[in-house]
Amino acid sequence: MEKILVGLKRVVDYNVRVRVKSDGSGVETDGVKMSINPFDEIALEEALRIKEAGGANEVIVVSIGSSESQQQLRTGLAMGADRAILVSTDSAPDSLTCARALLQIINKEEPGLVIVGRQAIDDDNSQTGPMLAALWDRPQATFASGVEIEGDKASVTREVDVGMETIDVDLPAVITVDLRLNEPRYVKLPDIMKAKKKPLDEIALDDLEVEAAPRITHTTYAPPAERQKGIMVDDVAGLVAALKDKGLV
Amino acid sequence: MAKILVIAEHDGQALNPSTAKTIACAAEIDGAEIDVLVLGASVAGPAGEAAQLSGVNRVCTIEKAENEHSLAATFAPQIVSAADGYTHVFGPSTTFGRDLMPRVAALLGVNQVSDIMSVSGPHSFERPIYAGNVIVSLETPADAVVVATVRIASYKAVAGGNSAPVESLDVAAELPAHTRYVSTQAASSDRPDLQTAATVVSGGRALGSAENFDLIYSLADKLGAGVGATRAAVDAGYVQNDLQVGQTGKIIAPELYFAIGISGAIQHLTGIKDAGTIVAINKDEEAPIFEVADIGIVGDLFTIVPELTEALG
Ligand SMILES: Cc1cc2nc3c(=O)[nH]c(=O)nc-3n(C[C@H](O)[C@H](O)[C@H](O)COP(=O)(O)OP(=O)(O)OC[C@H]3O[C@@H](n4cnc5c(N)ncnc54)[C@H](O)[C@@H]3O)c2cc1C
Ligand SMILES: Nc1ncnc2c1ncn2[C@@H]1O[C@H](COP(=O)(O)O)[C@@H](O)[C@H]1O
Repeated sequence: MEKILVGLKRVVDYNVRVRVKSDGSGVETDGVKMSINPFDEIALEEALRIKEAGGANEVIVVSIGSSESQQQLRTGLAMGADRAILVSTDSAPDSLTCARALLQIINKEEPGLVIVGRQAIDDDNSQTGPMLAALWDRPQATFASGVEIEGDKASVTREVDVGMETIDVDLPAVITVDLRLNEPRYVKLPDIMKAKKKPLDEIALDDLEVEAAPRITHTTYAPPAERQKGIMVDDVAGLVAALKDKGLV
Repeated sequence: MAKILVIAEHDGQALNPSTAKTIACAAEIDGAEIDVLVLGASVAGPAGEAAQLSGVNRVCTIEKAENEHSLAATFAPQIVSAADGYTHVFGPSTTFGRDLMPRVAALLGVNQVSDIMSVSGPHSFERPIYAGNVIVSLETPADAVVVATVRIASYKAVAGGNSAPVESLDVAAELPAHTRYVSTQAASSDRPDLQTAATVVSGGRALGSAENFDLIYSLADKLGAGVGATRAAVDAGYVQNDLQVGQTGKIIAPELYFAIGISGAIQHLTGIKDAGTIVAINKDEEAPIFEVADIGIVGDLFTIVPELTEALG
């Protein structure tokens, strides 16, 4: 295939313990480390491997978000993507809007494959990939832990509740990736320098003429209910006694 | 009035317990009329089970050879035509529902509400974000259909005893040929199912090998428990992926949970937030798992676990 498109979302780094703002209006992101959504790094790694194996000529990374997402796109370019597109918007876009925006990019670029994460670790929505596949009227293969490209089809192993499932999809298709698909490469300093010369195009979301989606409004944010402080026991006898005490054994 | 269509999950023979929990969530909407839609090649078994579930008004079936395996691209257009006239379309937040429901939502032109954990009204819900570290209250537009997945660990299955009518639906939907099912590799186990077991014993990276995981199985068998694992233990090949608990594994709510040689990373903890009692066995007294444990014991699992298994004898 000619092109693979990869969605990269800028999110709070997975190691950060997020805090709710004291007035419940959102999540504290000031001064917090931001990264590429971990699943999207895996998505990009897979695209790069397919290209390196001769299965594609170009890998394009796309992010929909504020101009700060340029950082994550630059990291994607340093990992090995050939070109980046920022769909810029100042408001946090909802999933359906993201899917509609990605579809506009697809209509222009005509990729043979789109790879995204199974979920963004901030909103945990887990919906953009299947939505895009629906709007594009193409196959979806979600939660991929194995991808084989065979000509104009892909054989995808999916991590499902009962174990593993394999499906075949005709290309073009949307694949959403799970954690065990691969281990993303580390970015080396010379690659960061090289990435600065790679093209990063910007287009305003407003200019894509994406139909506005019915918005879900978030009214309040709150920390989850805290568990009560537990007890420590010294030995197995103490543990068994504590379990008996609670009527659990 | 709310008219809710619940998409049933089943394996051709039996209904998955996630369906009765999804119905429990739907029933939290005052005055809701709940219909269940069962798609498959032949669904007499699961449809009959669904008809017995309390709160169900009607069971609709769509039987087609193409529906033998649950492929989202095949199911979604049929659900969209069956959903006409409904105010809500709910599915479980299992891999089945997470694959399928967003495809339905996009075709209906709405965003999906993922992982509903509580209902405040027909258009007001709560759901976890940031791996369960934040709970957000949200409102969906009053004039648009609500497509949602239900966080099944937040709900108890509705009771049986009902006898709702079962009707076969004839839907006109063009089905794609671009997606083909090949095979499933299911792990078979005689132990209680991880997602419904009252007690779950989980092991982490500290177990060190697949052989050592026998310690976990022995304790689990003594307790009649299901077995779980961390991502680290699955990645290392000690157990299969279907045992993973957490943000990208299963979200569970057993009465009793044993975390053995597990550090307590947020991505793991989000899977056990609703557990009744959490027991932690870890040699590092600083391990974050102790912050959420109800009963903690600091020490070497290789001595504690055999001793415990013995003591429970
Ligand atoms: C996007 C994303 C999603 C993720 N999803 C999941 C998920 O769904 N589920 C999940 O589990 N993880 C998930 N993870 C991984 C998670 O961050 C942790 O890396 C993982 O949970 C750690 O597993 P562990 O506790 O087994 O291993 P470790 O963190 O290595 O902990 C091992 C523990 O064992 C203790 N120990 C060692 N030897 C002994 C002994 N002899 N006796 C007693 N205690 C001992 C140690 O003190 C330590 O606390 C995810 C990560 C990311 C980035
Ligand atoms: N704003 C965005 N920009 C680029 N890709 C995105 C964006 N939002 C979501 N995606 C992609 O869609 C996947 C699933 O996101 P979500 O549906 O929000 O959980 C992510 O892992 C990304 O690959």
